[in-house]
Amino acid sequence: MRRTPSSLAAADPGPAHSIEFDGRPIPALPGQSIAAALWAQGILAWRTTRVTGRPRGAFCGIGACFDCLATVDGQPNRRTCLLPAAPGTVVTTQEGHGRADLAC
Amino acid sequence: MVGAGPAGLAGAVAAADRGLRCVLLDAGARPGGQYYRHPDPALRAARPDRLHHHWSTFTELADRLAEHRAAGRIELRSDHHVFLLEAGRPWHLHATSADRATRLRASAVLLATGAYERQLPFPGWTLPGVVTAGGAQAMLKAGLVLPGRRIVVAGSGPLLLAAAASLTAAGARVPAVVEAGDYLGYARRPGVLAAVPGKLGEGAVHGVALARHAVRLRRSSAVVEAHGEDRVTAVTVARLDREWRPLPGTERRIDCDALAVGHGLVPQLELATELGAATRTVPDGTLALRVDARQRTTVPGLWAAGETCGVGGAELALAEGELAALAIAGAAPPAALLARRRRLRGFAELMAGAHRPGPGWPGWLRPDTEVCRCEEVPLARITEAVEELGATDARTVKLLTRAGMGWCQGRMCGPAVACLAKGAGPAGRAGAVEPAPDRRPLSCPVPLGELAQLPPSTDADADAGADVDVDVHVVGAGQSEGQGEDDPR
Repeated sequence: MRRTPSSLAAADPGPAHSIEFDGRPIPALPGQSIAAALWAQGILAWRTTRVTGRPRGAFCGIGACFDCLATVDGQPNRRTCLLPAAPGTVVTTQEGHGRADLAC
Repeated sequence: MVGAGPAGLAGAVAAADRGLRCVLLDAGARPGGQYYRHPDPALRAARPDRLHHHWSTFTELADRLAEHRAAGRIELRSDHHVFLLEAGRPWHLHATSADRATRLRASAVLLATGAYERQLPFPGWTLPGVVTAGGAQAMLKAGLVLPGRRIVVAGSGPLLLAAAASLTAAGARVPAVVEAGDYLGYARRPGVLAAVPGKLGEGAVHGVALARHAVRLRRSSAVVEAHGEDRVTAVTVARLDREWRPLPGTERRIDCDALAVGHGLVPQLELATELGAATRTVPDGTLALRVDARQRTTVPGLWAAGETCGVGGAELALAEGELAALAIAGAAPPAALLARRRRLRGFAELMAGAHRPGPGWPGWLRPDTEVCRCEEVPLARITEAVEELGATDARTVKLLTRAGMGWCQGRMCGPAVACLAKGAGPAGRAGAVEPAPDRRPLSCPVPLGELAQLPPSTDADADAGADVDVDVHVVGAGQSEGQGEDDPR
């Protein structure tokens, strides 16, 4: 059997629940952060930068770099490496500063 | 106690053992800091010890912490990020937690805020899949996930070996560990090495683990470019000369789907430097708090322990946390503890020197290489600020280019910008100034609404219900940055 982080730590989490990422369901294990749930699905980017529109995702994993920002439940600029992936959490790729809704 | 990593935990239980009442504030969800970061209980990991060295040290500390909490001697406040210290009698500590600011007071403060990783930019380092070496470890330890299946580990410092060993243990393939420094640096001080046999043993354990997984260690080499469109697909590795300049013709491409990279750690000092605490320059080029033999900073009433006094690892942090607590309690330090601290601090200084970035690293940058990730500032704009506009320090570069002015408050690009402002070469540019401690009046983003709710800071208000009287606050969670749900609104 291929080694995995879960097998290494002998983890026996409860059944995965579901969060939503850009409209599609993503499984998340109880206790995982949003960033961890996305990594587990091979998703590495969930933001585009303000100036050049380049993709970014989690970089430092401990809340220092702010590269992992996303729009979470309608609120932009949330650090996904710190936020638990609660059942039903809605995550959308954040474009730029995430305040497009304020434009008029 | 600010910070519940190794230093803060050791300090809190030692202080409580001596009868002091402590509040242990930590930015993370669970105590342990970065070193003892572990899976959320909901992941039900039966063997968290396999993700750590010396896990039993943590479980023993956690047991003692639980006893003191049950007895009311220690109050643990997780998810609390201390953003401001006010010196005085009493001290006032301001923390943010779940969109609420709280204020506490104490007669003494132990700062154990740990460190975050030092990054040196290179072309492609902003691609998804390029993560920090510590970040890869943190996500593995806490969330049981990997950024990819074939992960190159690169940068400088002993963290790389630990990260590579845990990534391979968790099932990743690590085609290479790319170390810019040269381990021969350690051999120059055999006496210092011989005094810490445990460190050699740790190195040997990592070495054996890496050999078993056919991980190749490339010394005096660096990743000089990450390739890919929307995510990393390969890296270019080059040999370096003694000053870390890439040697032309030595480039080699390695396919991978992730890169874990870091160049050592930067002590997190802003809460103390805002108060004017004196610093010293560590052999790795970072600044650390200056403390005396009893872990006292130059600010009366403020103690420091662990990485805030210079990066040296968990074992040293545990010793320093205990020493600080004994000093605060007015107890004499045991000679054996002082000797252990001296040996481990000696090794830390040797290690720091061996992995200090060489002055030639900007040789792997190109004009369009982004240096500041948040504000997307390329090298060309920084070069213009330095060479045409006359900037001689990071602060002026920041004002001219916005490098370091973004969300992370310069934590990612700060060391690189300071180096570029100083100029290449061992001597630097004429007129350039040595980097000063970073100034961050608030150590993390705090919503304005929280600040507005704070009552005026008077002694009368300090007696209000939100405040708590304690003997010691250990500020330090081993967390580098806000771990609560606070966001940069």
